[in-house]
Amino acid sequence: MKELMSGNEAIARGLYEAGVRFAAAYPGTPSTEIIEEFSKYEGVYAEWSPNEKVAVEVAIGAALAGEKALAIMKHVGVNVAADPIFTVSYTGIEGALVIVTADDPSLHSSQNEQDNRNYAKFAKIPMLEPADAEEAKRFVKLAFEISEKYDTPVFLRTTTRVSHSKSVVPLEEPVPYEDKTKISFNAEKYVMVPAEARKRRIVVEKRTQNLKEFAESFSENKMEINDTENGIITAGMPYNYAKDVFPNFSYLKLGMVNPLPEKLIRDFAAKVKNIYVVEELDPYLEEQIKAMGIKVTGKEIFPFTNEFDPGIIQDAINGKDKQVCVSEKSVASRPPNLCPGCPHRGLFYTLNKLKVFVTGDIGCYTLAYMKPLNGVHSTICMGASIGMAHGMSKALKEKGKGKIVGVIGDSTFIHSGITPLLDMAYNKSNAVIVICDNSTTAMTGMQEHPGTGYTILGGETTQLNLEALVSALGIKNIRVVDPYDLKNTRKVIKEELAKDGTSVVISKRPCVLFKRAKLKPQPPLQVDSEKCTGCKACLGLGCPPISWKKVEKKEGSKREGVALIDDSLCNGCGLCLQVCKFNAIK
Amino acid sequence: MTFNNDVKSILLAGVGGQGVLRASDIMCMVIMEAGLDVKKSEVHGMAQRGGCVTSHVRYGKKVYSPLAKPGGIDVLVAFEKMESLRYLNYLTDDATIIVNSEEIYPPAVNFGDAIYPDDAVSFLKNKFKLVKEIDATALARKAGNIKAANVVLLGAISNLMDVPISTWESVIKKSFPEKLVKLNLTAFQMGRDD
Repeated sequence: MKELMSGNEAIARGLYEAGVRFAAAYPGTPSTEIIEEFSKYEGVYAEWSPNEKVAVEVAIGAALAGEKALAIMKHVGVNVAADPIFTVSYTGIEGALVIVTADDPSLHSSQNEQDNRNYAKFAKIPMLEPADAEEAKRFVKLAFEISEKYDTPVFLRTTTRVSHSKSVVPLEEPVPYEDKTKISFNAEKYVMVPAEARKRRIVVEKRTQNLKEFAESFSENKMEINDTENGIITAGMPYNYAKDVFPNFSYLKLGMVNPLPEKLIRDFAAKVKNIYVVEELDPYLEEQIKAMGIKVTGKEIFPFTNEFDPGIIQDAINGKDKQVCVSEKSVASRPPNLCPGCPHRGLFYTLNKLKVFVTGDIGCYTLAYMKPLNGVHSTICMGASIGMAHGMSKALKEKGKGKIVGVIGDSTFIHSGITPLLDMAYNKSNAVIVICDNSTTAMTGMQEHPGTGYTILGGETTQLNLEALVSALGIKNIRVVDPYDLKNTRKVIKEELAKDGTSVVISKRPCVLFKRAKLKPQPPLQVDSEKCTGCKACLGLGCPPISWKKVEKKEGSKREGVALIDDSLCNGCGLCLQVCKFNAIK
Repeated sequence: MTFNNDVKSILLAGVGGQGVLRASDIMCMVIMEAGLDVKKSEVHGMAQRGGCVTSHVRYGKKVYSPLAKPGGIDVLVAFEKMESLRYLNYLTDDATIIVNSEEIYPPAVNFGDAIYPDDAVSFLKNKFKLVKEIDATALARKAGNIKAANVVLLGAISNLMDVPISTWESVIKKSFPEKLVKLNLTAFQMGRDD
């Protein structure tokens, strides 16, 4: 049996085939589909955790109880989870523990381009790196074997191109699940107080030595000797790019990127004259290979930034040979945009009109930074909107009064907004925080979270009461608005900006794409071209169906154009109706 | 062909919501059923919100990279008219281009800051020998649902690929819920006949 699978689907299948039945994750592109696919297999436990740190801790707990457990996250999620990861490296586990880090070279859907291979070396955790879906399925199984054998957490690193490209994957019979869970007491191994951690520290170094030995003969560190003049050392997807353009070179393809097989690398270097190290992002392999005293060419010719493709590797090695056909036509950019009827639009339209500084966060609403909404003025990481709004208002004192608003989505607030909001209450802050509650994790594709009242396995559960939580943190001023009601949204935010102390405004309306909310789109709106003066006020919403076309100027009229609404896109949300001063939209 | 072992590369390009990824999935399953190796790439997440969506499909005896290199695409299928102009640096000199007549304005055009090109097809025809415009959206409407425009375009591409029509039909049958199969088979045939 063969199936066309994405890397993410293949990892889920690999888990199932390996008898793994436990996984925890927080959504993040390009990792999200792994646990979504995994959760569809029979008999599994899967959960959306509130954030990546919790996901890793849940997986550690399961592994301590003897399970084979997986925690899944995108590259920046590992930053959030770094605390437990660095210490579980010391303790090891009872069952097995694998952590998936899905990196995003080219920042397709991320705020930075960090290379998480560095985490493997930093935390002294072995890391496997598949190059396509077929390998992804195989490598996740190998990761569990290594974890069990060497009593260590294991990283499995994908990149966007591995996670989201599809290829043909042969399916295998699943190994039946074996319940090995039990309670076993071993405080010396699992209580990391200094006295015990010092002992484990030595165990970690010994383990790394053993893993180095293992890497020398690991079946996925593969040498292919073809042309002995030129060779490439690489790992992951860049192997495929290179093979495409240099099929006759020799290759050392590393399936395991931490620790490195030094003898094997020396052996390859002895067999091949010119060696290129082909790797995206950091010179991670290159620096280690150069430190072995081996002469290789790397970032002297290859880019540090962005993902590669076969052309980049070909040009770097051969020099640019042929001028490819370049369009002579200018093509307008097509950035992603908030959807028609998106509840965030009314909120950010209002914040822009109020001329406040908005510390933003991670989610669809980050897109409101663009013209014409211009409604977000900073975005750093999950949860930063709140801490930063607090810091700004404290630094600005009176100058910042009524001018700082932090905006965060419901899922992001639960992920890492609760502690900074507690800080605001505790340290008597003076900014307004808006939680835009669209009842889902929209950006990554409608995942459940504690505020939705449902789990990934489909069942109903306790639903977090946001207002009660915010109140319990010590926030006195709490208001709820419907962002489709522009007048009231503006009134409420203005009132809260005028108050002393921290205010929280919950901007509440489900995402338009959210199926469970059963929102029926309203009939599309139309512009009455007789009444429309062409003033462009409705264009200020940046709503995709609304456009503006030039018309011929009539005598005695100042009108230069009219607005149009594309009825195939309009959801009838009615924001433009409220913005139009001439009753030209109906 | 500059690639090893004759790998063919197709680029599907459109706008979020047009069914580009669904179309490339179907195409890949057809190629797989035809007994060839196939890989495809796609974009998820933030970029999907009304932004550009592309999918590279590469097939042959053995495929390594799911991404083609600039200058390496043999067939471009533009699901939206202006998108046909965005990736010309990816095309081989003798590439075939299929363009859907549908126009979707990006924000800059809506605001009047940029102009939507009105001569995309004639521009392409001047540069490339094989350019075919097809009103896939209108044909899909005729077939019963404008959402089937992606399958109309698959019908158009199927003429360029050496795969029996029965394979296309059997994959389409498996890809849609039963009540939508007939509509999509009609849409496919319309694209093939146009």
